[in-house]
Amino acid sequence: VEQRDLTRFFLSSCICMGEEIWLDSRTVYIGHKEPPPGAEAYIPQRYPDNRIVSSKYTSWNFIPKNLFEQFRRIANFYFLAIFLVQLIIDTPTSPVTSGLPLFFVITVTAIKQGYEDWLRHKADCSINECPVDVVQQGKVVRTQSHKLRVGDIVMVREDETFPCDLILLSSSRHDGTCYVTTASLDGESSHKTYYAVQDTVAFRTEREVDSLHATIECEQPQPDLYKFVGRINIYKDREEPLARPLGAENLLLRGATLKNTQHIYAVAVYTGMETKMALNYQSKSQKRSAVEKTSGQRHVVSSFNLRLKDTVLTASVKNHLLSNSTSLVCLPFLLQVIRAFTDFLAFMVLFNYIIPVSMYVTVEMQKFLGSYFITWDEEMFDEELGEGALVNTSDLNEELGQVEYVFTDKTGTLTENNMEFIECCVDGNVYIPHAICNGQILTCHCICKMKVCLCRQEHEDLFFRALCLCHTVQVKEEETVDGIKRGIHQGRPTSFYISSSPDEVALVEGMKRLGYTYLRLKDNYMEILNKDDEIERFELLHVLNFDSVRRRMSVIVRSSSGECLLFCKGADSSIFPRVVSGKVEQVKARVEQNAVEGLRTLCVAYRRLSESEYKEARRHLNEAQLALQDREQRLAQAYDTIEKDFVLLGATAVEDRLQEKAADTIESLHKAGMKVWVLTGDKMETAAATCYASKLFRRSTQILELTKKRTEEQSLHDVLFELSRTVLRQRSISGYEIIHCLDFGLIIDGATLSAILKSKQEGAGPGNYREIFLEIGRNCSAVLCCRMAPLQKAQIVKLIKASKEHPITLAIGDGANDVSMILEAHVGIGIMGKEGRQAARNSDYAIPKFKHLKKMLLVHGHYYYIRIAELVQYFFYKNVCFIFPQFLYQFFCGFSQQPLYDTAYLTLYNISFTSLPILLYSLVEQHITTERLKRDPSLYKSNSLLRWPVFIYWTCLGVFDAVVFFFGAYFLFDNTTFTSNGQMFGNWTFGTLVFTVLVFTVTLKLALDTHHWTWINHFVIWGSLLFYVIFSLLWGGIIWPFLNYQRMYYVFMQMLSSGPAWLSIILLITVSLLPDVIKKVLCRAVCPTATERAQVPSLHQFQLSCYQVGGLFSSFDSCFAKIVNQLLLSHFKSRAFWQKVESTPMLADISYFYCRKPNE
Amino acid sequence: MMASSYNAKDEDGHITVTGPGGGAVLRSKKPENTAFKQQRLPAWQPILTAGTVLPAFFIIGLLFIPIGIGLFVTSNNIKEFEIDYTGADTSSPCFNCSQNFSWNSTSPCTCTVPFYLEQPYESNVYVYYGLSNFYQNHRRYVKSRDDSQLNGNLKSLREPSKECEPYAYHNNKPIAPCGAIANSMFNDTLELFYNDPNGTSVKILLGTTGIAWWTDKHVKFGNPGGVDSNLSAVFQGAGGCWSLALSNAYKRDSTRSSSSDRLSVSGTTKPLNWRRPVYELDSDQSNNGFVNEDFIVWMRTAALPTFRKLYRIIGKSSQMVPTLPRGNYTLEVVYNYPVRSFEGRKRMILSTISWMGGKNPFLGIAYITVGSVCFFLGVVLLVIHHKCGNRNNGAEISN
Repeated sequence: VEQRDLTRFFLSSCICMGEEIWLDSRTVYIGHKEPPPGAEAYIPQRYPDNRIVSSKYTSWNFIPKNLFEQFRRIANFYFLAIFLVQLIIDTPTSPVTSGLPLFFVITVTAIKQGYEDWLRHKADCSINECPVDVVQQGKVVRTQSHKLRVGDIVMVREDETFPCDLILLSSSRHDGTCYVTTASLDGESSHKTYYAVQDTVAFRTEREVDSLHATIECEQPQPDLYKFVGRINIYKDREEPLARPLGAENLLLRGATLKNTQHIYAVAVYTGMETKMALNYQSKSQKRSAVEKTSGQRHVVSSFNLRLKDTVLTASVKNHLLSNSTSLVCLPFLLQVIRAFTDFLAFMVLFNYIIPVSMYVTVEMQKFLGSYFITWDEEMFDEELGEGALVNTSDLNEELGQVEYVFTDKTGTLTENNMEFIECCVDGNVYIPHAICNGQILTCHCICKMKVCLCRQEHEDLFFRALCLCHTVQVKEEETVDGIKRGIHQGRPTSFYISSSPDEVALVEGMKRLGYTYLRLKDNYMEILNKDDEIERFELLHVLNFDSVRRRMSVIVRSSSGECLLFCKGADSSIFPRVVSGKVEQVKARVEQNAVEGLRTLCVAYRRLSESEYKEARRHLNEAQLALQDREQRLAQAYDTIEKDFVLLGATAVEDRLQEKAADTIESLHKAGMKVWVLTGDKMETAAATCYASKLFRRSTQILELTKKRTEEQSLHDVLFELSRTVLRQRSISGYEIIHCLDFGLIIDGATLSAILKSKQEGAGPGNYREIFLEIGRNCSAVLCCRMAPLQKAQIVKLIKASKEHPITLAIGDGANDVSMILEAHVGIGIMGKEGRQAARNSDYAIPKFKHLKKMLLVHGHYYYIRIAELVQYFFYKNVCFIFPQFLYQFFCGFSQQPLYDTAYLTLYNISFTSLPILLYSLVEQHITTERLKRDPSLYKSNSLLRWPVFIYWTCLGVFDAVVFFFGAYFLFDNTTFTSNGQMFGNWTFGTLVFTVLVFTVTLKLALDTHHWTWINHFVIWGSLLFYVIFSLLWGGIIWPFLNYQRMYYVFMQMLSSGPAWLSIILLITVSLLPDVIKKVLCRAVCPTATERAQVPSLHQFQLSCYQVGGLFSSFDSCFAKIVNQLLLSHFKSRAFWQKVESTPMLADISYFYCRKPNE
Repeated sequence: MMASSYNAKDEDGHITVTGPGGGAVLRSKKPENTAFKQQRLPAWQPILTAGTVLPAFFIIGLLFIPIGIGLFVTSNNIKEFEIDYTGADTSSPCFNCSQNFSWNSTSPCTCTVPFYLEQPYESNVYVYYGLSNFYQNHRRYVKSRDDSQLNGNLKSLREPSKECEPYAYHNNKPIAPCGAIANSMFNDTLELFYNDPNGTSVKILLGTTGIAWWTDKHVKFGNPGGVDSNLSAVFQGAGGCWSLALSNAYKRDSTRSSSSDRLSVSGTTKPLNWRRPVYELDSDQSNNGFVNEDFIVWMRTAALPTFRKLYRIIGKSSQMVPTLPRGNYTLEVVYNYPVRSFEGRKRMILSTISWMGGKNPFLGIAYITVGSVCFFLGVVLLVIHHKCGNRNNGAEISN
C-alpha cells in the first residue's frame, strides 16, 4: 500500500510537470516486452510483488512495537506509572508488589501475540511460496507465487486458484472462454464465464503466447470486484497497434478458481496487496469487548475517585502539618509543593490496589479458559463435518451475550447452498420426483387433482421438453472428485451439469429424474433422451438471456419436425401477464402455495412460432444485437415483442434447502430480541424466498421495498420518506396497543444502499438519508439486503455500529465474501461451510452449522456475559471493601499513608485469598439451567448487568461493608483491651482483624451470589477461606529469617485467642452481608426479574425430571416407568398441584404424557 | 488478516478428511462427553427467597440477642477508673512539671495526684497509661525500628537497619535500640498509694511482669549474646570475647566499605531521649535490655492516636480483699514524658478484666441491635412471604 502511495506520489508529481494525462492508470507490458519505438511513451511504474503480508510484526520490531501497543492500553500504562512512582519515591509498599504482576501480564501477552504473529507469518509464507506456472521465453517455468510480477504471463490449470488478478489472454477452449467460480470471493458458487479478447484467442501454446507483443493500460487498483476498465494494445508487425477494450469480463480475480477449462494463459495486472481481493479485506484491528470498554470506563471513574481521595488527603496532610508544627511554615514554598506532590504519589500507590493488575489477569484467564467450554460443547459438534466449534478470539465471549443485531449471509449460512428440485405442476397436476432408491429412479408420482383432460398429454410433453431446453446449462463429461453429487449415475457416460445458475441445474436434474435427460449441446443441436430412451434433437436458434428486469429467459428451438417453438421460463409475475391460454388459475394457486413454503418457483410457458413469426423475431433480434448504441435497450425491446402470447404449461418448484433448524434458530433469535438482517449477494427474489422459508419474514410481515426498481420510478428521497412515514405511523399506532400486530420487513438492494450511503458525502437533499434509513431499519423486525458487494456488507455493519444506540453487532457467514463483514462486526462468526475456510479463519468464532448459533448466543453467550459482569463488578466491590478501610484509616494515622494491612496481605489479597473463588465462579456459574435458557430465548434480553445503577449498587455495598469493617473494629479497639489477661493489641492486630472480616465477608458475598454449587465451588470457596487461615497462622507462626521486620509475629494467633475478637468477627461479617441478603430477598419477593422467575424450581424443572424419566424408560415396559414415576412424584401428589398443571393446557399435555397422574 | 484466505488448496485437503480414512481423526476431534466439559456437573442450586431466609433471620435474632445481653452485662460489671495527669490546667498538681519540662534537667519532677475510688476493685486490677493525640501509627514512625536488632542479632546491633534513620547512629555509635519508636519510649514512673482511713498510706505493689505478650518477650525480643551474658558488656562493647565475636561477625560481612570507619568505634549508645541505657532498664536481668516488658509493650505500636498500654498488674493479694478497696488513693508520677508540645494527654487507668477483656459496651449493644434487626426483618419477611409468595406462583403458572 505504501508503495502504491509512493507510485501515486510519483505519478502526481509527473502530472504536476504537465507530462502525463493518465491520472490513475497503469501500463503493463505483457511478458515485459517494451513496446516498439514510436508507440506512446509510458511512465515506468513500480509495482509491488505478489507477496501477501498479514503479519503485524517482524523479528526486529516485535519488542518495541508490541510494548508500545500494550502500553497504549490505559490500564497497562497506569500500572507502569504506579510502578515507576514506587521506584522513585519513598512509598508505603515495595515496588515488587506492583512490578511483578505487571511484568507477568506484559510477558504473557507478548508471548501470546508473538505466537499468533508467528502463525500468521507461517500462513503468509505457505501462500507466498505456493507454486505458479509462468511463461518465460516460450517455456512454462514453475516458480513461487510471491515472485510473480505485473506483466508476467501465467498459466493456470483447472481447479487451480488464480494467484493474482489476471487478464485472460487465451484458454484451452476454442472460443477463448473459461469458467470460473468466485465462491470464495462473493459467495456465488455458480460458474461464471470469462472471455478473452478475440485478438489473443488464437495464441494457444506457450510459444505462441510468448510471442504476443502487447501492452495493457488499465486503472489503478480499486476494491470494486465487478468493475474494471482498461484496454489492450496489440502490436503487430509494422502496423498501428490494435486497441481493444477490456472490462470486468476479462479480469480473473485472485482467489477465484478455474473450472471446467483445462488451462488458460493470462497476464498479471494487479499483484500482492493490490489485488482486488486484498483490497476487499480490511485490516483486522484488535476487537475489544464492550465489557472491557465499560470496565475501562469504570477504571477511569475509579481512578478519578482515587485522585479525589488523594487530593483530599494530601490537602489534609498539609493542614495537619501546618497546624501542628510551626516549623513547616518556614519551609520554602517549593519544598512544600514537592512534599505535597510526593505525598500525593504515595497515596496513589497506597490506593492503586483498587484496580488491581490481577483483575486484568483474572479476566484474561476467565476468557481464555472459558472459551474452552465452547470448543468442548458436544451439542455444537457436527458429526458430518467432524468438527466442533472453534474459538479464535477469546476476548469476546461475553459479547455473545449482548448481541442486538445479527447480520447473516444467506447462501451457505441460512441455506445449505444445495438446490433441489421438489415438484412440478403441469396444468394443476403435480409431479413429485422421488428420490433415487436402490439405484433405481422411481417413476414420477402423479397426483391428479383434475379429471384428465385431453390436452394433458401434449402439455406434459411440452413442459418437460421446455425445461430440458430452456436453460444455459452445460454438460461436463468427465467425473471429478467433487462431482459425485451432481454426477449422472445411471448407464450414461459419467457427466454432470454446470451452470451459472444452480436453479437451472436443479431443474435439469429434476427433469432427468422424471425421465427426460438433457444430453448435450452439439453443433447447435440440443439432444434429449426422452422417457422411451429415444434421442430427440432440437436445433437451438436463439437464446434470450435472463436478466433481472425481465425476470425470465427464453429459447427458440426448431424441433426435428421443423416446428419452431419458443419456450420461456421465468418468475410468475413476469409470465402470467403474457399468457393467453392455459390453466392459469390452477397453476397460480399452486405457485402461491409453493412460494409460501419458501420454494423458488418458476413458471413455464411456450409459444408456437410460425415461420413468418420466427423470421420477424429473428430480424428483431439481429437488429438489436448489431446495434452500436443503446444495445441493451433495443434488445430488451426486441425480447418484449417476441415474448408474448404464451400458452402456460406449468410451474416448477425448487428448494434451496435451508440448513437444519435454521428457521427455529431465527425464531429464537427474534424472541431473544435480536434483529436479524440478511445480507446476500444473491438476487432479491431468491433471497426473499429464503427469508420466508426461514421465518425471517412471516406471512403477516409487511414488506417494504427499497430497491433500484422502485427508486427508478420515484426518487430515492420520496421512497425513503414514504417508507419512514409508514413505519413511524405504525409505531405510533402500536404505541397505544400492547402487542405489535404488524411487523415490517425491509428489502434493500446494493445499488440503493450505495445511493443512500453516498448521499451524505454529497450533502445533497434536505434530510440525511442515512438517518432515515437507519430509522426504517430499526423499526423493522427483519431486513433483507440483497445484491451486496462484500465491502457493502461491511458498510452496513459499520452503519449500524455507528448508530446512536451503539448496538452490539454480530456477523455470521461462511464465504470469503463475508470476511469483511465478519471483521467489521463486534463479533464475527464463521461457518465451516462448503466455500472454504476463509470466513471461519477470519472469524472470532467458528461453528459448523447455523443452528449452533442458538446455543452459542442463548446459552454460552448468556453465561459468559453474566459471568464476566459478575467478575468485573465483584472485583470492584472487593477492592472497594479492601481499600476503603485504608482510606478511612488515613484519618486516624495523621495522613501518613500508613497501610492498614501487612504487606503480605496487601499483596496476596487479590492474588490468592480472593482470586480463585471468583475465577471459578466465572467459569462454572449457571444462574439458570441450560435447558431453561434454550427453551426461553426471551431471557437473553434481560442482560443488563453492566449498567450504571448496578455498578453503583455494588460500589455502595462495597463502601458500606468497608465502613462496617473499619468502624466496627475501631469501636472495638477504641481505648479498651481485648484479652482476658489485660494485654493490649497493636495496629497490626487492628489491621488483621479488619482483614479477616474482609476476606470472610467478600468470599461469603460471592457464596451468596453463587446459584450453581458444584463440588468445585465448595472446594474453592471453603478452601480459600481455609487457606487464608492457614497462611495467617504460618505467616505469624515463625520468625521469618529473610524478612527485616517481624511485625506479624503471633498477631493472628493472639487475635484468635481473644473471645471478643471472635465475637466481633462474626458480628461484623453478619452485618456486612445483611443488606445484600435483604436486597436479594426483597427484590425477588416484590418485583422479581425474568431471570429470578426462571430460577425458581417450579413446574418446568419438575417437568424436566419427568421428561428425563419418561425418556429413559420409554423403551422398557411402561409399567416400570410408571413405578419409577410414582416414586418420584409421590411428593407432588397434592390435588392443588395437579389442578395447576391441568389449568395450563400445554404443560398438561406433556405432564400427562410422561408422568401419569398419581391416582391413575 | 487475509493470509488465510488464499490457500484454497490445503483447504480442500481439510475437507476431504471426512472420507473413510478420517474416522480416527474424527473421534479425536469429538469433544469428550464429561460432566465438567459439558457444564453438567451435579450442582446444588440454592435460591435466596423469603421462605428460605426466614429461619436464618430468626435464628440469628434468637442467638444474637442473648449473646448481646450477656456481653452488655459483663461489660457493665467491669470497673474502670481513669485519671488525667497531663497537667494542662493550672489547677492540676502536675501543672508545674509539665510547664518546667526540659530535656536535659537532671532532677526528675514529681507530682502527686489524689483520687477516690468509689467502688472496691476485686480480683486482678490492671494499671494502664493512656496517651492521646499520639500518632504511634504514623507510617514513618511505625517502620522506624529494627526487629532483627531487637531479636538480639549482633550484626544488627552494630549496624542498625536504615529504617531507623535518623535514629540509627549517634556520634558514630550505633543506637541500641534504634529507631523513633524506641527513642520516644514512655518513661513516666507511676506509683500508687492507698490512703488508709487511719492516716497511713500504703504503697501498692505493682507487678511488672506479664504485661507483654509471652511470645514477644520470649521469641521476638532477645538480648544480644543470649540470656546469661553480661548486658552492659555487650551493649558497651567492652566484653572482650563479645567484641571479638562482634568484629568477627562484622568482618564476614565487611564488604560494605561505607561503615569501615565505624569498625573502630566499639559499643553502642543509648537512644537520644533516654535517661538510662537499655541495659539499665531494670535490675532484674530477665526483665532487662531488649526483653524489658515496658519496652516491649511500647514497641507494639498502637492502632489509633488515642491508646492505652498496660503498665502494671496489681495482683490479687491475700491481705487485702478486695484488691483495691473503696477509699482515697494517691498517684505519684515521676514526670518525664512531655506531651504538651503535640497537645497530647496522659492518663492513668485502673481496670478490672473479665473474660471478654476491658470495659466495652459497644460489642454488647451491637449484638443486641443486630439481633433485634434480624428478628424484625424476619417478621417483615414473613409478611412479605405470605403476601407475595402466592402471587409469584400464580404468575409462574400463567406463563
